[in-house]
Amino acid sequence: MSASASSRPGSRAWLLAETPHSRTQARLGQAYVRWLHFLRNPLAMIGLAIVVALIVIAALAPYLTSHSPFAQDLGNRLQAPSAEHILGTDELGRDVYARLLHGARITLLIVGLVAIIVGPIGLLVGTVAGYLGGWFDTVLMRITDVFLAFPRLILALAFVAALGPGIQNAIIAIAITAWPPYARIARAETLTIRNSDFISAIRLQGAGPLRIILGHVVPLCLSSLIIRITLDMAGIILTAAGLGFLGLGAQPPMPEWGAMISSGRKFLIDHWWVATIPGVAICIVSLGFNLLGDGLRDVLDPKGK
Amino acid sequence: MATRLVLTVLVTFLGLLLVTFFIGRVVPTDPVLAAVGDRAPAAVYERVRMELGLHLPLWQQFWIYVQKVVQGDFGTAVLTGKPVLSDIRRVFPATLELATVATLLGLIIGVPMGVFAAVHQNKWIDHVIRVLALFGHSVPVFWLGLVGLLILYAWLGVVAGPGRLDVGYFDVVDTVTGVILVDSVLAGEWEVFGNAFSHIILPAAILGYFSLAYIARMTRSFMLEQLRQEYITTARVKGMAESRVIWRHAFGNILVPLITVIALTYANLLEGSVLTETVFAWPGLGSYLTDALLAADMNAVLGATIIVGTIFIGINLLSDVLYRLVDPRAK
Repeated sequence: MSASASSRPGSRAWLLAETPHSRTQARLGQAYVRWLHFLRNPLAMIGLAIVVALIVIAALAPYLTSHSPFAQDLGNRLQAPSAEHILGTDELGRDVYARLLHGARITLLIVGLVAIIVGPIGLLVGTVAGYLGGWFDTVLMRITDVFLAFPRLILALAFVAALGPGIQNAIIAIAITAWPPYARIARAETLTIRNSDFISAIRLQGAGPLRIILGHVVPLCLSSLIIRITLDMAGIILTAAGLGFLGLGAQPPMPEWGAMISSGRKFLIDHWWVATIPGVAICIVSLGFNLLGDGLRDVLDPKGK
Repeated sequence: MATRLVLTVLVTFLGLLLVTFFIGRVVPTDPVLAAVGDRAPAAVYERVRMELGLHLPLWQQFWIYVQKVVQGDFGTAVLTGKPVLSDIRRVFPATLELATVATLLGLIIGVPMGVFAAVHQNKWIDHVIRVLALFGHSVPVFWLGLVGLLILYAWLGVVAGPGRLDVGYFDVVDTVTGVILVDSVLAGEWEVFGNAFSHIILPAAILGYFSLAYIARMTRSFMLEQLRQEYITTARVKGMAESRVIWRHAFGNILVPLITVIALTYANLLEGSVLTETVFAWPGLGSYLTDALLAADMNAVLGATIIVGTIFIGINLLSDVLYRLVDPRAK
């Protein structure tokens, strides 16, 4: 958005105007300044590049390789990396490179769905608890305490055990265990905003709690929530991979990276690439989200400096 | 204050049981069918339903459940045919051993690293700690375990492979504590000790790596805060040796918050141990939990979950109490 605007002559001056003439101009200008700040952070740019690459690979996976991630070729099992199979083949003769590329889709699906489920729930619970206060707040915060008192992976494991293995249930289990920190953050933000003058002004104008929370409190909590979710993405990827590794997440023949490590484990000593390569992919993607999250924190959170 | 603390812990514990109760009773399809199988006649089905107390209202079922758990009755594990509690008692020492060695490794390396980084702020050591932490947040622990096994065991042969002991050393020493490193010392069997050590060092180092990064970072920030204080300047002005200023005066004052950090990392290791134990075939709580999960043995899964959750709550409480005891300002 702002990058394309900067290519036109004059638009840069418009964006950086000292006295913006409209609300849109002010907002775009602020976004542009933040983008410039972000550009100066090389680590954050690497993170952004990795995440963008993940999205592009996930979208174009079938076009980046001529091999199918599911086609078995038992005559060519456990082949070392070669010109035909650049990352070798697995125990069923499937091309590891093709599976890795298609695995990006699953990783993105898990991360995206968890974020979509968890973000709004945490935001709503936190803002409502923080704004209304009283017993409602106490009860909701007790509930988050209980969830936070658990090791996250173990709680997710227990939920998957009850729901049954599978990628959908893994996503549900991760989401159930992931929302409390967001509720905590949203609540803390709300408490600092709740008693400010502009909220009192809106209330005196006759706005109800729903309007105040959705229209005025939620937008102010968004940036810290986005930072936290981005930083948590790596944790979500690692948990999902752990579930896949234990055989409780994505089921065969899905090319999920954790499950690929698990199936390659039996051939680790003689055919090390089958198990180790998907792990490298997990590391790179998690690192990307961590770097991006750190960069976003620098840009979006003025208190963090 | 004390009553408030106890109340908080009780409510959290009840919440924990509520969650496991919910998972065990409400989520799965039908606990009766799981117990009798789908070919059982209607009379048997009804009898088992009564025995399990499933005809009672939910809150009453929950109350019975709480009473059982408090008495240490988690039911029988289908996998082993023994009570879940006795199973857990059998496997727990292995996890304790692993987590303790890992924490010790994290402490021995992490604390001096953090102190050094605080004294030499913004030098290379700071970057090392940052990279270690970043990598620790990005790497799957089970993958690191596999790579460690591949390189150090299969290729270089400098450590022993999966398991707690080589087969030849099984049952050489009597089980006293269940912690092989301690038992072998008690029995004076140094060969067994050496073998056990060679088995534990790699999984412990991998688990310890994750606590090391955190401990080093926290030590660094605690030390930075202390080194800014005026009493440090006073000590230096008096002509005190710099090493004494750092280790005696500043370090002495960060011990209290450091205890909290160590307790928390120790609790977190329980979580990391689930995946690590699976990779290293380490017969502890984590392996028990995964075996139970794969067999859908709900009594064992929920029993292990409650135990881990309780340890978590207990460690948090302990560090809270310790903090209040040691630091007079916290009262």
